[in-house]
Amino acid sequence: MAQGRPIISIRDLEKIYKSKNSHVKALEHINLDVYEGEVFGIIGLSGAGKSTLVRCMNFLERPTAGTVFFDGKDLSQLTKKELLIARQSMGMIFQQFNLLMQRNSIDNICFPLEIVGMERNQAKKRAYELLEVVGLSDKANAYPAQLSGGQKQRVAIARALATNPKVLLCDEATSALDPATTHSILGLLKQINKDMGLTIVVITHEMSVIEEICQRIAIIDDSRIVEMGNVIDIFTNPKTEIAKSFASPGGDRPDRVIGNRLVQIIFDGNSSYEPVLAKTILECKAPVNIMFADTKNIDGRAFGQMIIQLPEDENLSNRVLAYLRTQDIIVKEVEASV
Amino acid sequence: MFSSEVIKMIGFGLLETLYMTLVSTALAYIIGLPLGVALVVSEGSENPLVRGANTVLGVIVNLLRSVPFLILLVALIPFTRFIVGTSIGSTATIVPLVVASAPFVARLVESSIKEVDRGVIEAAQCMGASMTKVIYKVMLPEAKPSLIVGSAIAVTTILSYSAMAGFVGGGGLGDIAIRYGYYRYQDDIMIITVALLVVVVQILQEIGMRLAKIGDRRIN
Repeated sequence: MAQGRPIISIRDLEKIYKSKNSHVKALEHINLDVYEGEVFGIIGLSGAGKSTLVRCMNFLERPTAGTVFFDGKDLSQLTKKELLIARQSMGMIFQQFNLLMQRNSIDNICFPLEIVGMERNQAKKRAYELLEVVGLSDKANAYPAQLSGGQKQRVAIARALATNPKVLLCDEATSALDPATTHSILGLLKQINKDMGLTIVVITHEMSVIEEICQRIAIIDDSRIVEMGNVIDIFTNPKTEIAKSFASPGGDRPDRVIGNRLVQIIFDGNSSYEPVLAKTILECKAPVNIMFADTKNIDGRAFGQMIIQLPEDENLSNRVLAYLRTQDIIVKEVEASV
Repeated sequence: MFSSEVIKMIGFGLLETLYMTLVSTALAYIIGLPLGVALVVSEGSENPLVRGANTVLGVIVNLLRSVPFLILLVALIPFTRFIVGTSIGSTATIVPLVVASAPFVARLVESSIKEVDRGVIEAAQCMGASMTKVIYKVMLPEAKPSLIVGSAIAVTTILSYSAMAGFVGGGGLGDIAIRYGYYRYQDDIMIITVALLVVVVQILQEIGMRLAKIGDRRIN
């Protein structure tokens, strides 16, 4: 992937929450670069520290150690006023949308423009343009209480884009939405990334979100980055347990598969559009029974696993097994798991 | 039933009551609103000095709120004389009314502002809003319906305080109720003043609730 200039650079970042009798390490040894124009994902389980990390990027949370560079500036060296100005070039959207409930869509979008001191008519004009970008021109005068979750997030995106930020930070932006709405919001983000060249940082606990829009990811577990790289590399070759559990191929097994003569087939991204199973059946003239399948398509490559049951006849089943082994996939004979 | 003089007196008492209540409420908000905002903003600040100020402010507010109004009324007589020049009459009553209700208003404002979603404030901070802008553009407008309900509660509380001031010559309907209804056993005057007080409270309460509802974009 062509990598441009890093827009956000984090070096040796550490965040500790201290109170009288507790000492909680939220983040430690964090080093990462987000490059201009990319969609960077940060994935982790709840409590791993990903929300704290994104809040360190705009200094909503001050790191206890380490530095955060945004657009070449060390945020810790900025004065209060300079920091406020720097934040104006970072948009952020949230899981709970965080719209002003007493303002309609247009006035919500005008809000960041009021903060930067844009003249009212000009701000309104810009707000209408943005509402069109997010496809909600007909909801200009609607209040958040009258909008659905997806519509609220669209208004929030328009609001985040109002000041022409250099980065859009998304904190679990789709976690409160249903799958169809999630898909359409991610589509919108993708389009904004493509059309405006806007750098996007996505925080999520859902692998499907990463798969859909991210190019590079960092996996964060127990306050540290445990793996970082291109999504495809991490999918094909996850090194840590947590990465495996997110990437899933071969990682997690179906809970219950009953039966015998079971074979697990793992697609690791090489056997893209080959209809492996259909060819096996045709080739060996033997029926197989699919007991479990969990595969996905990432950038035209197949990932995932399948568990199939071979035919009763030993000759036939050996033939199927032999054929499968000649294919570009990983084949394992497995015991039934109950 | 009543002589025209009595009617005049009661009418004048009603006006005095409204005067005391509304002026005191306004003054109580002029002091209490910034105080309430200060209580919210200073809480949990990173600066230990600000946190200390918050604690001191909280203690003062609680102390003033725990003194019964009737005692405060008497205790403040020298202070009232110093400010207004007299301790008798409706204008003089405004002083203890404001002292007693400003801390109460501060707490009402504090709780209204605390109802505003933390996330919305965070969003504003993400956009680079300064604290002042967060207060003027987020906290106060978002808390508006709740602030209006709070002011309806404040105005009725202040009204009942103002009636108590009748015991020390405070003027207004409470004064009439005490002098005629209580000291002279004129039950009819007692009943009419109480009825008027009830009606005024109801009207103020209703206006407050309606205003809060009309202004609230979360409902309509």
